[in-house]
Amino acid sequence: MIALSFLLGMPAMGAIVLSYCGARREAPEINAAFSLGTFAAACVLASRVVGHGADLLWREEFFIDPFNVFLVALTAFVGLTTALFSRPYMRVEAAHGKVSPGRLRLYHSMYQLFMLTMLTALTTNNMGLLWVAMEGATLSTVLLVTLYRTPQSLEAGWKYFILCGVGIAQALFGTILLYFAAEKVLGAQGVTALLWTHLDAVKSQLEPAVLALAFVFLLVGYGTKVGLAPLHSWLPDAHAEGPTPISAVLSGLLLNVALYAVVRCKVLVEGSLHSTLPSRMLIGFGLLSVVVAALLLMRQRDIKRLFAYSSIEHMGLATFAFGLSGPVATFAALLHMTVHSLTKSAIFFAAGHAAQKAGSQLMDRIRGLLTLSPTVGWGLMLGALAILGLPPFGVFASEFLILTTAMREQPWSIPILLAALAVAFAAIFGRVQPMVFGETEGRRLPHAPALLPVFAHLAIVLLLGLYIPPYLADWYRAAAHLIGGP
Amino acid sequence: MSSSAAREKVVTDIPLDQQLLNACAALLLLLSFAMLSQRRIVSLVSLLAVQGAVLAAATLLIAWRTGEGHLYFSAALTIALKVAFLPWLLHRLIRRLQVYWDTEPLLNISATMLTGIVIVVFAFGLAQPITHLASTATRDAIGIAVAVVLLAFLMMITRRKAMSQVIGFLSMENGLFFGAMSATYGMPMVVELGVALDVLVAVLVLGVFFFQIREQFDSLDLHHLERLSERR
Repeated sequence: MIALSFLLGMPAMGAIVLSYCGARREAPEINAAFSLGTFAAACVLASRVVGHGADLLWREEFFIDPFNVFLVALTAFVGLTTALFSRPYMRVEAAHGKVSPGRLRLYHSMYQLFMLTMLTALTTNNMGLLWVAMEGATLSTVLLVTLYRTPQSLEAGWKYFILCGVGIAQALFGTILLYFAAEKVLGAQGVTALLWTHLDAVKSQLEPAVLALAFVFLLVGYGTKVGLAPLHSWLPDAHAEGPTPISAVLSGLLLNVALYAVVRCKVLVEGSLHSTLPSRMLIGFGLLSVVVAALLLMRQRDIKRLFAYSSIEHMGLATFAFGLSGPVATFAALLHMTVHSLTKSAIFFAAGHAAQKAGSQLMDRIRGLLTLSPTVGWGLMLGALAILGLPPFGVFASEFLILTTAMREQPWSIPILLAALAVAFAAIFGRVQPMVFGETEGRRLPHAPALLPVFAHLAIVLLLGLYIPPYLADWYRAAAHLIGGP
Repeated sequence: MSSSAAREKVVTDIPLDQQLLNACAALLLLLSFAMLSQRRIVSLVSLLAVQGAVLAAATLLIAWRTGEGHLYFSAALTIALKVAFLPWLLHRLIRRLQVYWDTEPLLNISATMLTGIVIVVFAFGLAQPITHLASTATRDAIGIAVAVVLLAFLMMITRRKAMSQVIGFLSMENGLFFGAMSATYGMPMVVELGVALDVLVAVLVLGVFFFQIREQFDSLDLHHLERLSERR
């Protein structure tokens, strides 16, 4: 109870405090301190769930179970490391004259607000509040995407707002339909009819025809935010044009939260339909995203767009794995969400510094990172190898699990997946290699880059690839059990 | 007396209510079509305000016949937000930004209207399973609510000015709200409040956003915002 108040209260207070003093010299430290507080609360919450199991709080409006607490911990952790990374990064941007004090204030305040909306979306038990928080997450980041006020960033922000706004409106319709079906079973008082735990208890009595329709809308709505093809076109723009810390949290966290919403809905709908329709839809969308992203990867010239498309690919892969259902595939999907989130944010950190040093995000202009700054170079190289699924990194473990399960459940998908992964490998490796090696004409930065987060993330990913600690494995298994049935 | 029994009684005794509600639903649909064909942005905002007013009237009507207290509150919220505040804000933005007319839409008006008719037929088809299952007296209006949502969607697709797209967005929200109203007599209060808050914040954020676009391009025409796709 107290831990949850802290978890949501920290970013809320941070947003208020930073809206006053977000332009001061020590604002980045204040931002990091609030994120640290949030992370501490998340750790307490996680240890509580590991010890005592799931918990309902605040008149059942909020709940904590193994599935969401693991995402809460991940979100708070990446939120903290991104805040640490953004300290020197935003100072360099300010020194280069790209952001004014006023915009820095907006940035810091909105950063905390964004964390608040994501944590609310994860911990709420109310499907309606989940929608409200998801929309809030869009709104709090629109002005961050347009922070630099360049024509491109304005276009990206507009696209982000309209596409996600319309997408999320579909999800609202889905939520209305869900409520409509639930009201029949849970009574017209409407107090409990949107609470997930109540819906889950009666899911087999919910009207299948309505829930099938609801799921289509929910999947399209939240799927837009996951970046599933063909609804992905906002994602690369928003990732490429905003400041890099925002790219890192959008890619590493927001997509996970949206996928979380999809999976929560899928559990309900599958229980009602007694068929595999939702799973098949997830498999279809997931596979399409992997293929589309892999093909588009080859044509990218901007480093942040490249890795944004890679995010679409990996979210597609996780969606595909959730679609396979069954405990092993769900375990793999959860592991994949974790390692993707850690690796991708690490890559964005390294890429952000690389772009600052080269003075451009175009990959043709970034050369010889190793001579310029060995740590940035190695960070980018190792991150790219990790995200490409090379052993011994954790992405290899999760992709291996997904592929072996797919081999058993949906053998036809294997050639498609392997081809897409190979294309992605060629595209990313071919781009990263010349950026890291070779001659350089980059510049020194006025503030030393923060590379601790990069290597901390990569170390965890490496660890997860080599050895998953038993309590973490139990945790994943409990979550997988919750989602994927027995 | 349980509320469902009360509903049954009302349905059989006073068909006038039913007729009034259906009239409201028909008006909403008509207003959607009017918005599709309207190119003056000031008139679009007025149409949006009228749509909000009809929505509030329908909510009040339902509140009165079902006796569900939270619907009165929800109607008050609709009037405050969608009839008064948002139109006022949009009018202010229009004056400050000097955008009075939308340019020729991507699809000409008559083609848009014809597409709209097809969409309405499709919407009623889509709403069929829900209409069958609904126990509310307002269930016939569900198809209209879906149609309003899809027509707003069409408007967002065919318009070029950022302002008209936003009005389409708000009209879509009106349709969703009406859908919730006619299928289940509204969502739980906490959700409705949250949605209203989101809409409010969205419009405020957009207001800021418009000024940024204007500052950068000297216009609110969205063809300026089509460069990223070419760079790809």
